[in-house]
Amino acid sequence: MSNVLSLTTFLPILGVLLLLFIPKDSKGVLRNVTLAVTVVTFLVSLIILTGFQSNAEFQFIENMPWIAAGPFVMRYNIGIDGISLWLVILTTFIMPIAVLSTFTAVEEKVKEYMICLLLLETGMLGAFISLDLFLFYIFWEVMLIPMYFMIGIWGGKNKIYAAVKFFIYTMVGSLLMLVALIFLYFKGLEAGITDFGLLQFFSLKLDLATQIWLFLAFAFAFAIKVPMFPLHTWLPDAHTEAPTAGSVILAAVLLKMGTYGYVRFAIPLFPEAAHKFAPLIATLAVIGIIYAALVAMVQEDVKKLVAYSSVAHLGFVMLGVFAFNVEGITGGMLQMINHGISTGALFLIVGFIYERRHTRLITDFGGLSKQMPIFATIFMIVTFSSVGLPGTNGFVGEFLILLGAFEGQLRWWTVVATSGVILSAVYMLWVFQRVMFGELDNPKNQKLLDLNAREITIMVPLLVMIFFMGLYPKPFIDKMDPAIKKLVAQVRISPATAQVIPVSTQTQIPEGHPGAQQMPAGHPGGATPAAVNQGSSPAPQQVTPAVNPHEAK
Amino acid sequence: MDMIVIPAVNMTPILPEIFLSVLAMALLLINVFVPGGQKTYLAYISFFGIVASAVLVAAGWGSHVESFSGSVVLDNFATFFKMIFLVAAGLAVLISDRYMEREECNHGELYPLILFTVVGMMLMASGTDLMTIFLGLEVMSVSLYVLAGFNRANKKSNEAGLKYFLLGAFSTGFLLYGMALIYGATGTTRLYKIATIVGQMTLPSANIMLVAGMLLMMTGFAFKIAAAPFHMWTPDVYEGAPTPMTAFMSAGPKAAGFAALLRIFLLALPTLQAEWSQVLWVLAVLTMTVGNITALRQDNIKRVLAYSSIAHAGYALVGFTAGNGTGTAGILFYMLSYAFMNIGAFAIIILVAKKGETNGNVSDFAGLGFKKPVLAVVMTLFLFSLAGMPPTAGFIGKFYLFSGAVQKGYIWLAVIGVLNSAASVYYYLRIMVYMYMKDATEEFEWVQVTAPVALALIISAAGSLIPGIIPSIILEYAQMAVKLI
Repeated sequence: MSNVLSLTTFLPILGVLLLLFIPKDSKGVLRNVTLAVTVVTFLVSLIILTGFQSNAEFQFIENMPWIAAGPFVMRYNIGIDGISLWLVILTTFIMPIAVLSTFTAVEEKVKEYMICLLLLETGMLGAFISLDLFLFYIFWEVMLIPMYFMIGIWGGKNKIYAAVKFFIYTMVGSLLMLVALIFLYFKGLEAGITDFGLLQFFSLKLDLATQIWLFLAFAFAFAIKVPMFPLHTWLPDAHTEAPTAGSVILAAVLLKMGTYGYVRFAIPLFPEAAHKFAPLIATLAVIGIIYAALVAMVQEDVKKLVAYSSVAHLGFVMLGVFAFNVEGITGGMLQMINHGISTGALFLIVGFIYERRHTRLITDFGGLSKQMPIFATIFMIVTFSSVGLPGTNGFVGEFLILLGAFEGQLRWWTVVATSGVILSAVYMLWVFQRVMFGELDNPKNQKLLDLNAREITIMVPLLVMIFFMGLYPKPFIDKMDPAIKKLVAQVRISPATAQVIPVSTQTQIPEGHPGAQQMPAGHPGGATPAAVNQGSSPAPQQVTPAVNPHEAK
Repeated sequence: MDMIVIPAVNMTPILPEIFLSVLAMALLLINVFVPGGQKTYLAYISFFGIVASAVLVAAGWGSHVESFSGSVVLDNFATFFKMIFLVAAGLAVLISDRYMEREECNHGELYPLILFTVVGMMLMASGTDLMTIFLGLEVMSVSLYVLAGFNRANKKSNEAGLKYFLLGAFSTGFLLYGMALIYGATGTTRLYKIATIVGQMTLPSANIMLVAGMLLMMTGFAFKIAAAPFHMWTPDVYEGAPTPMTAFMSAGPKAAGFAALLRIFLLALPTLQAEWSQVLWVLAVLTMTVGNITALRQDNIKRVLAYSSIAHAGYALVGFTAGNGTGTAGILFYMLSYAFMNIGAFAIIILVAKKGETNGNVSDFAGLGFKKPVLAVVMTLFLFSLAGMPPTAGFIGKFYLFSGAVQKGYIWLAVIGVLNSAASVYYYLRIMVYMYMKDATEEFEWVQVTAPVALALIISAAGSLIPGIIPSIILEYAQMAVKLI
């Protein structure tokens, strides 16, 4: 099974071809076939999981020539390590659940909907497994198309606005990344790199000024996708308007593209720039955590509340990742999976009540626990997971993130972020209280049916994962640990590399250059690139010890 | 008494041109002598003539033959562009017949005129003498003026023809003046000789006559390729001309303009690259921005594509500004892809429109997505390709154009290019919004896909998609084609 990775990725496309031959009126067949395809994809992906060796190397590599024209060589180069492994599994795991959730929610244009879902799955898997920068970019962009149609065709009232905003926001970021990608390639070409293969670029030494520009372009694209404050405004719109399955996939997988992009590309490719911007990004992450939590608190629409909670959770992920230590990044990775499971589950729960009542306003509900006890239990477990109660998956991730960030150079950021944990408990428990407890006074709510067998089937795997990851996260951590250790070593700024840079740029900047001396050490990342550019020669030497005390000891 | 000695002339470089000219004249005669209103057979004959001519052109791949004392050359560069023209003409012929019948202007002269246009464009691509290039340009332009105004009964078509003629004649003046000044400065019209003479000048950029000639020529061609600020005629002409001819004009003559531009500037004036690339930089930025920003506010779909076509000329100018192998190969690749995707999109517009060119607003596409799913999917493919989304040919084309700029150090130009590209997404998405996200007001029962149109759509769809997934099949040839200049 040497090409099991390709098989997993392109199985959904085969499913699409299958769907094309099914008449569009046989909705049941369409649904079941799609479900079967995603389940088979999940099962195939389990082969990857069982065959994966717990080491830091990329595995299941497939590397074939693809394009070679002019100065460019692109290869079909794929493979996974402990970091991408779990995101691949998360994707294949969530997809059947998402498909199952549409069985009654989507009644119109079922065929097209299922095709979109399957195309989306291939796009997402492809982006996680690409080891060729160009190939990654292709999948990264392709992903947009089915999601755009899902929001735009099957979405709510403001669907068109939300869909176009989602598309254009992401497109602007990724196109700037494309220019950076091309620039990086030509830099690599000068240094003897022969193709777009990601791994070769890890050893490419770039001077700090170049790194900063390239990091900014990559970071901008990923920050939109995460989304980080203040680029998050497309997310509440997209989430609120998207159909349930769309929201689930958007939250569970698509947002991880952004954080994954940092872990896989932006940070290891440009480690010194990443260190330089760590304070800025951590600040934005913490603002995101607090701000999103506060905004979530006052939402009237449950779905919007969950959407904002997403922004807060991903702020935690970013904080952990930018701690640059094993604890922080492990926590960030776990939190990515946790968020996929618990926020995915929350969107499903919102979907359940929306299907029954066609409203999502908190004030329309109250006392549902009396009428829907199973639903209440599930909702409560998921709520606990989302707020990070010990024993659930959410706790492990958040704890490791805060631990890592506190031990790293982000101590004060951690202190503020911790209050975000409290705030998340406030808004989640409060919404739970308002929806589930109290008087069952609204007559429309008195006839609500509890979850049916299909809906329970959807939720059970998620609940199992919530407890499994909460009580015994070891298997997850074991598989990702070597890769994360390698990453941490990769992004550690050794004094040696820091000293190389001034030598290379010193010649360009005359001694006693006024700009170079005025540049404050450890300038908190908010420096304009031009200023950083000028001051690049002395800055790294002074910044290094200040930025990374943890790694130094 | 001295005899005029006619040198032995090698006809092989212009065999396809001769073939098409003879065919066109034959068609004119057939049209006169064969009675009957049905002109479909003329379309078929033209199409097969174009295919045969494509075979002739393809046979010339790899050879390098100069003829007519070095005023015409057969090389890979010319061959590649000739293929683009033939693709554009072939697709235009396929989508013309039904349209002309519907609009009741099914005159047989249409097809010979298209063929003459192709002959002119071919001469532009293979000319290595300013006079040959000018001759080709005139053959092309005169035929195009007629084609733009071909629907005599339609006021807008008349306006298009007249406008195109007046502004075209005006721009030709610029071009000719520029050529005259170049001749004045160098004493020759042969491109190779101009290159040698300019190369020997101690400071060519200080030679006012030369630089003025260069700028005037650039202006003349800027009219032809619809680069801002010389683009004013484009929207009106594109809107008024019969739709198949709009499709043809946006792909063929634009490519021909680029062929001549590349040939003249890279072959004859490479020593002045530092100067002309500065002008092109500005031209590229203006063209992209004006095209895209204006397209955002259009409601008529032909005007949307007209402005988008201006923007696309701007993207190609980005590659031209770079002037390196990557950028110029990108132009060749892009022009071919553009012929496929743009003519394909126009084919769909023809299908959706009703008699008298009504039903041509973006909002008239409402609900097409689920009433005519196959057509809508194909249209979506064309639109995504125009927008430059992977995995389409349009993406690869833009990738190479912008890469050329980055490679040459024009990073900001590339950044402006991609930002423009992002803005353009909005108006392409808007068409999709109507197709898929608005409810249908019509049943589209008049939309009938005839066999030739279906063939055109299949060819365009394949040409927009396959090079996006396996770009090497075309890029390799584009790379070889630009090696010579």
